[in-house]
Amino acid sequence: MAPQGTRLAEKAFSLKELTNGDSMDSTMKDPKPLSPRSAPKGGLNSEIQARIGHQLRAMYDDVVKQGVPDRFAELIRKLDAGEGPPADMEGLPQNSAGRE
Amino acid sequence: MPLTNALRDEILAAVPSLRAFAISLSGKSDRADDLVQETLLRALANIDSFQPGSNLPAWLFTILRNLFRSDYRKRRREVEDAEGSYSKTLKSQPTQSSHLEFEEFRAALEKLPQDQREALILVGASGFSYEDAAAICGCAVGTIKSRVNRARSKLSAMLYVDGTEDFGPDSTVRAVIGGSGN
Repeated sequence: MAPQGTRLAEKAFSLKELTNGDSMDSTMKDPKPLSPRSAPKGGLNSEIQARIGHQLRAMYDDVVKQGVPDRFAELIRKLDAGEGPPADMEGLPQNSAGRE
Repeated sequence: MPLTNALRDEILAAVPSLRAFAISLSGKSDRADDLVQETLLRALANIDSFQPGSNLPAWLFTILRNLFRSDYRKRRREVEDAEGSYSKTLKSQPTQSSHLEFEEFRAALEKLPQDQREALILVGASGFSYEDAAAICGCAVGTIKSRVNRARSKLSAMLYVDGTEDFGPDSTVRAVIGGSGN
């Protein structure tokens, strides 16, 4: 186990050296200009983006955590039993304008 | 394929995320649940057209999204009573300060164009790949990517004042200060 790990580490190290040299070279040759347009992609946004992602998931997961409301479990059970869509789905906030 | 027990369980298992998607899209929990119900009815009525082994959640999300597009968007304009209706769906009420930030976020999300909002939710919250999200929305992968990017930059512009770097780590303070912005 250990010898193999060492070998892998060595390999990774030399690979890293190689790519480092490589990217250094290309950075020197082709410095990417910081155009105003690309600026917002930089560091400031990584934190903001992380926060947005976090809030989005928090909002979403709050609903997911509520699980399957009885109404839906019941609906599927009835349909599955071949009873057809129940006509008496009690407790539905159906706005009478809608269906059918 | 016929509705096997396994398939039925899979559909049920998808309900929580279908609801989350529906609420994120519509911003209203009661309509969202109607939307989920309609989705389930359609899915079960058309279960024969589901390809075994393909992505069931993606299939269900596609149905829900199309229903929302065709019907609920129109209705939504009719009733703009939304205030706080989303937060009523939450079992655990957040503390007041994070609640403020949460409402702010939800309001900003609702201001996004529909295309961008759904792309952001599918990729950023539902956890679909760009490929699956593209299939759900019936567009190219590149289109989804650019919608997600635009959604993110619009949100950061709305929520974080043009992305100034000097907001502190204390988001509560920021939310309180920013709260007058409405």
